[in-house]
Amino acid sequence: MAEPVLDIRGVTKRFGALTASDAVSLDLLPGEIHALIGPNGAGKSTLIKQIAGEIEPDAGSIHFDGRDLSALGPEERVRAGLARSFQVSSVIPAMTALQNVQLAVMGHSRRIFGLILSVSRDRALVDPALEHLERVGLGDRAHIPAANLSHGERRQLEIAMALAMQPKAFLLDEPMAGMGPEGSARLTGFLDGLRAEAPILLIEHDMDAVFALADRVSVLVYGRIIATGSVDDIRENRDVQIAYLGEDA
Amino acid sequence: MREWQVNLALIAIMTGFVGYAVLADEPFLITLATRIVIFAIAAAGLNLALGYGGLVSFGHAAFFGLGGYACGILASHAQDYVPIFETPFLIKGTNQMLTIWPVAIGVSAIAALAIGALSLRTTGVYFIMITLAFAQMIFYFAISWPAYGGEDGLSIYVRNEFPGMDPFAPMGLFQVSTGVLMLVLLLVWRITNARLGLALRAARQNAQRVSAVGIRPFGVRLTVFTISAAITGWAGALFVELNKFVSPSMLSWEVSGEIMIIVILGGVGRLFGPLAGAMLFILLEHYLGGVFEFWKILLGLALLTVVLFARGGVIGLLVREPRNG
Repeated sequence: MAEPVLDIRGVTKRFGALTASDAVSLDLLPGEIHALIGPNGAGKSTLIKQIAGEIEPDAGSIHFDGRDLSALGPEERVRAGLARSFQVSSVIPAMTALQNVQLAVMGHSRRIFGLILSVSRDRALVDPALEHLERVGLGDRAHIPAANLSHGERRQLEIAMALAMQPKAFLLDEPMAGMGPEGSARLTGFLDGLRAEAPILLIEHDMDAVFALADRVSVLVYGRIIATGSVDDIRENRDVQIAYLGEDA
Repeated sequence: MREWQVNLALIAIMTGFVGYAVLADEPFLITLATRIVIFAIAAAGLNLALGYGGLVSFGHAAFFGLGGYACGILASHAQDYVPIFETPFLIKGTNQMLTIWPVAIGVSAIAALAIGALSLRTTGVYFIMITLAFAQMIFYFAISWPAYGGEDGLSIYVRNEFPGMDPFAPMGLFQVSTGVLMLVLLLVWRITNARLGLALRAARQNAQRVSAVGIRPFGVRLTVFTISAAITGWAGALFVELNKFVSPSMLSWEVSGEIMIIVILGGVGRLFGPLAGAMLFILLEHYLGGVFEFWKILLGLALLTVVLFARGGVIGLLVREPRNG
């Protein structure tokens, strides 16, 4: 079996009496989309924050690309190749779509100094940024300030920024949230092709998307993974049905 | 109007003002114009941190004063022929601006690196207060340190030298200061348009996003805060040249406030905002202060108007296009 890109082992996080992550183990294999689902309050966001380095787990380990992440800050984890999109769109509002992606290209290049070249004339930033915008279908919206983009377009912009990081894995937190059915379908198609570039840990509420995309699904309930398996396994799983639909299911 | 047109107009007004002063043989007006230019430099420094970076430093007087003291101390030692240090190695004073400036800039930058490293861990009102606190510490230190005049300050009797500058004509220092201002605006313009500026403006709007592309907002801010302070320190050295005097009042929180008012009046995050603000502030101070003792009431009203109705300051009022990021 291939070495997992992301390997989460026994991660536990408590907030007072609440155990937000209860010995969570999860891995992400090369080329796969691994969906993480669970009811609201199950601890999905807490887990994402621990992977991204925003909060520290009380116990357990997270390895990425063969490295222990525990000593790395959030920015170092990004530079190690872990690209993230946010549950609530997080873009730079007063900057154009192009500038937003340029920022990501710059982050990936790790060169933020130099005074001679204006960002707007910096081919090393502009060309790849335009290419990524084109890929997510925002090519003709490059010069629109992010604040004036529609909700769906901002989500696409975030994907473009993640692409610009040329990551070894994507960490996508509800990329479909708030998108219309048309947009969801388009993004589903796009993510389907993306797994060949880098595996995706997908947190998503849109079950159509999850069932269409996921190679494996893990179900998180009250901080615990209650099941991991193929889409069909999860559909059949009694515990999952109870967690999602109640005892009567 | 376009922003470049407003900028040109500001340069034209300054040129006209100084031209009139020369023709009418009013050396005092040249001194007044020099004061405007020096405060514009100080404010251009703060504008980089406050306007583009959203770092509301209420302690820039610290750097203004440190630059000033660097100048005053070096010059006074040169005048008295007393070295600053003899052990472990000899450091003498100097009356050469080209030597004084790097020292003033360096001292301010080092102070900013230390102050910034601690205060940039906070944001918002805490950042405002902690920068103020550091500036006050330096202010009280200057008052209580007798070696360089303490509360009474320190006078230098001879203007320092700059290659080719006539030390006795007020025009000389005006030209030198204007050269410095142009250099500083060039630097600010480049920084804000280049990669560092993109990261800085992005970090002001959404720091989480900047860190999600692998750039530490702290590092970006500390770099810019240091450059910002170095520029204000340079202005401080020039201010001491102008007055031939340095005292703890340069370090007082009122000076921090004045520099900030200049930035806000002129237009936050506008390249020529500090020049517009300094013109308005210094001319109001001079002409209004001459006829009306309580002119600061009117300054307060002007500031209130800008904050409430013209967020972009003078330049924002005249220019239709939004500022760059």
